[in-house]
Amino acid sequence: MVVLLAASPALAQETGKVDAGDTAWLLVSSALVMLMTPALGFFYGGMVGQKNVLATIMQSFFLLCLVSVQWVLWGYTLAFGPDAGGVIGRLDYLGFQGVGQEPGPAPSVPHLAFAIFQGMFAVITPALITGAFAERMKFSAFVLFSLLWATLVYDPLAHWVWGGGFLQKLGALDFAGGTVVHISSGVSALVAALVVGKRAGYPGRVSPPHSLPLTVLGAALLWFGWFGFNAGSAITSGGLSASAFVVTNAAAAMAALAWAFTEWLLRRKPTVLGASTGAVAGLVAITPASGYVAPLPALVIGAVAGVVCYLAVSVLKPCLGYDDSLDVFGVHGVGGTWGALATGLFASRAVNPAGADGLFYGNPAQLLPQLFGVAAAWVLALVGTYVILKIVAALTGLRVTAEEEALGLDIGQHGEAGYNFGPPIFAGGAGSPGSSVLSAGKEATLRFSSVEGEAPRPETTPGGWPQ
Amino acid sequence: MKKLEIIVRPEKFGEVVSALHGAGVMGMTVTDVRGQGRQRGVVHYYRGAEYRVDLVMKVKVEAVVPDALVEPVVEAVCAVARTGEVGDGKIFISEVLDAVRVRTGERGDLAL
Repeated sequence: MVVLLAASPALAQETGKVDAGDTAWLLVSSALVMLMTPALGFFYGGMVGQKNVLATIMQSFFLLCLVSVQWVLWGYTLAFGPDAGGVIGRLDYLGFQGVGQEPGPAPSVPHLAFAIFQGMFAVITPALITGAFAERMKFSAFVLFSLLWATLVYDPLAHWVWGGGFLQKLGALDFAGGTVVHISSGVSALVAALVVGKRAGYPGRVSPPHSLPLTVLGAALLWFGWFGFNAGSAITSGGLSASAFVVTNAAAAMAALAWAFTEWLLRRKPTVLGASTGAVAGLVAITPASGYVAPLPALVIGAVAGVVCYLAVSVLKPCLGYDDSLDVFGVHGVGGTWGALATGLFASRAVNPAGADGLFYGNPAQLLPQLFGVAAAWVLALVGTYVILKIVAALTGLRVTAEEEALGLDIGQHGEAGYNFGPPIFAGGAGSPGSSVLSAGKEATLRFSSVEGEAPRPETTPGGWPQ
Repeated sequence: MKKLEIIVRPEKFGEVVSALHGAGVMGMTVTDVRGQGRQRGVVHYYRGAEYRVDLVMKVKVEAVVPDALVEPVVEAVCAVARTGEVGDGKIFISEVLDAVRVRTGERGDLAL
């Protein structure tokens, strides 16, 4: 995005005409990035206990809806409206007014396509944070927090880096959102984990991941969607998007290998959760660099991400004792910070003439705006998230009760169970001893042999269920 | 020799196992169970329809112990599993005629 907005005056002068290929790729990319948010729900959902699987998936799914609406109403204009003092966008595009079919900020795609692509980034970023407070946050508090965070942290930061704000003017490179998406969500996750507090029983007595196949499915879909995230961020369809596509795949693969081999070396076994988390760490790290680096440096970025993020979640977190339940900080905060700095090391104008050279290509000065961008994102995320959480705590409270945490958020917050296996669990109604729909007025009691040993005999023998 | 069937809240399971270990019981059989007592169930909602779930998730730990261990084990389990709310569970105690260690053929308390 930066590429086009900051540095393609040639294109802009040349046309203002919609390019079919660019538009097609950008719309496909938007759909790919959309898929990442439910994919994140699966990735996270597999890692929690089975009593919290729905609540965890719901947080991602709900944000897809909530932020999509917020983006149309006021999010887009705050991030990408005409610049006001380098800090925020003006309200010209409130309700998507003036966002039309003619090219917008990018010269060759409809303004609407650009806006919806950006909207998908705004959706996934607060969803990433939910891994930090999984298994204990009230749904009402989560909704309020996410809406405020999207408006007060994400939208301004997106403006600073991509919308013509001060970081963009400083020349900080962030091709696809290392700073805006990953540092912001990762650092906010750390704050959220500290403010919300540990899960009951952490660290010794919390449930291990209940379904790693679900997590691997989520990681694989995230990887798939990430091609839209990074290669789509070229906002053109051509050499640059192909380059971003290739380095994205290379870094993800390398990071998964690096994480798995590090575990193999240090813990004797390469784990499936490790390999899939490593892939995500590599995707995070390559994100800011994806439009500026060649494939070999991408392998280095991925390898370092795999090892460093592994150490962050398996050594740093236990040492410091915070309960960032699904390692949002360790993967996105640490991986995103590494990626932003690595962009200052490995960026090359041979890959992208609109970018800059990094340290290893003769321009150590590029590290400065990169550092500044990282610092700005850290500060905004730390302060913004802390203040928002305090406001939400005062309004709704942050955590469910201890009893509800023990029962699980699926039943407690949503009234559903993720898995209704085994014998039917419903009280039986007349004529249908397996289940009864109370709202249909068939309240009847069917007693199983009770744990108290004093209930009436079962009316239907176990195994004799009609279903 | 007595068999204890200890039915507790799932979230108390870890502490109950520690309590059993502390009381000198090393062997046990554990099952996820659903049952009904005085604790009220919960209501599920699926597409607007309400379902009352009267069966509550519990964990059942079965342990066979020498007679002398029964009281200490019961005390230790109650100490950790009690919240004071309805639904803390039950312990059923019954006589066991004999036990056999399959590997050696040992009988009685020696087999525990």
